[in-house]
Amino acid sequence: MEFKDYYTIMGVERGASQDEIKRAYRKLARKYHPDVSKEEDAEQRFKEIGEAYEVLKDPEKRTAYDQLGANWKAGQDFRPPPDWNQGFEFRGGGFTGADAEHFSDFFESLFGKGFSRAGGRGGGFHARGEDTHAKVVVDLEDAYSSAVRTLTLKHTEVDASGRPQVKERTLNVRIPKGVRQGQHIRLAKQGGAGVGRGEAGDLYLEIEFRPHSLYRVEQKDVYLDLPLAPWEAALGATVTAPTPEGSVELKIPAGSQGGRKLRLKGRGIPGDPPGDFYVVLQIALPAADSEAAKAAYRSLQKAVPFNPRAHLGG
Amino acid sequence: MTMDKTSALVGEILEEQVELTLGELCRACQVPAERVVELVEEGIVDPSGPNPARWRFRGMSVQRVRCALRLEQDLGVNVAGAALALDLMEELERMRIRLRGLG
Repeated sequence: MEFKDYYTIMGVERGASQDEIKRAYRKLARKYHPDVSKEEDAEQRFKEIGEAYEVLKDPEKRTAYDQLGANWKAGQDFRPPPDWNQGFEFRGGGFTGADAEHFSDFFESLFGKGFSRAGGRGGGFHARGEDTHAKVVVDLEDAYSSAVRTLTLKHTEVDASGRPQVKERTLNVRIPKGVRQGQHIRLAKQGGAGVGRGEAGDLYLEIEFRPHSLYRVEQKDVYLDLPLAPWEAALGATVTAPTPEGSVELKIPAGSQGGRKLRLKGRGIPGDPPGDFYVVLQIALPAADSEAAKAAYRSLQKAVPFNPRAHLGG
Repeated sequence: MTMDKTSALVGEILEEQVELTLGELCRACQVPAERVVELVEEGIVDPSGPNPARWRFRGMSVQRVRCALRLEQDLGVNVAGAALALDLMEELERMRIRLRGLG
């Protein structure tokens, strides 16, 4: 298990006051909140910050943590000393409902699992099962074809002895035609089990498209970068271009410049109205790696007076 | 892998095909109705219908409510602050899309 330096994670000195720690936490939480942040590792960072704050904001836990001494370095292999928290009385109930299920092994080795929430959120007796939420990654093509995908979902169940257990289940789900990135599929009665004769809750799946090697997706529109030879762009041509629904023959107008967008109306993500498919033209230069190629470039240079930098005043 | 299509679960797209009652929204977000009423008063979600018993929420309300509650819990903002953050985040998203369109 790796030692975690909560002070470094929070970016504060070991002698920081409780107020300074709170200010540091607020600032970092705003920066890395997964709803707000576009940083790649926001979720991971946010959990780390939450865990560090959980310890440092509570004078009891902080004093106990400080007892471990300042000689530990982050990432160092760590075993808690057997009597490390002797004489500390934890009042308990200090936990304020951050996402304790995701705290590190390091945290649990020090403060135990007792901080995890027992049972479901909100308490109270509900006969109907809880609605549950999960994120799934599918291919863009699935949104065109209403494909059936097998999804594996993990959830936590509390066993008879009260210990949380991670369980897996698989579902075959038809991906609705026209679904877009960030949208949600509601599956009736596939959420948490009901109590007694109560119905199961619903399951909400958030759709995320796997990054595609060819296409970019923006809302309902799909983009493809299409390389062209200079003569195809200059003289016009008919070329084959892939789309998620299969290849199409595409007419390139003569005199096309790089960056030009050709729109295939209605060939984006299906729907009412459907999105559009955009082909973004890119001009690829043949290498001048043979005498013949060099001669061809030179004769083009002679034949065509051309200054691509004319608009720069050059 | 494509499976036997007859056994597949078929869902609805929340943002397009689903309208929720107050009770359904509360269950989907795991909050008591009073909290949703607060968010409606702040304009975070905007149901149609004359009174809570006949309110109908658009599917996207589930995400707005869940996001507002997370912002409240994690960042310590109040309901008005969460409403402001949600509006600004939407504005930011629109700007990002426009920016990509120009690029």
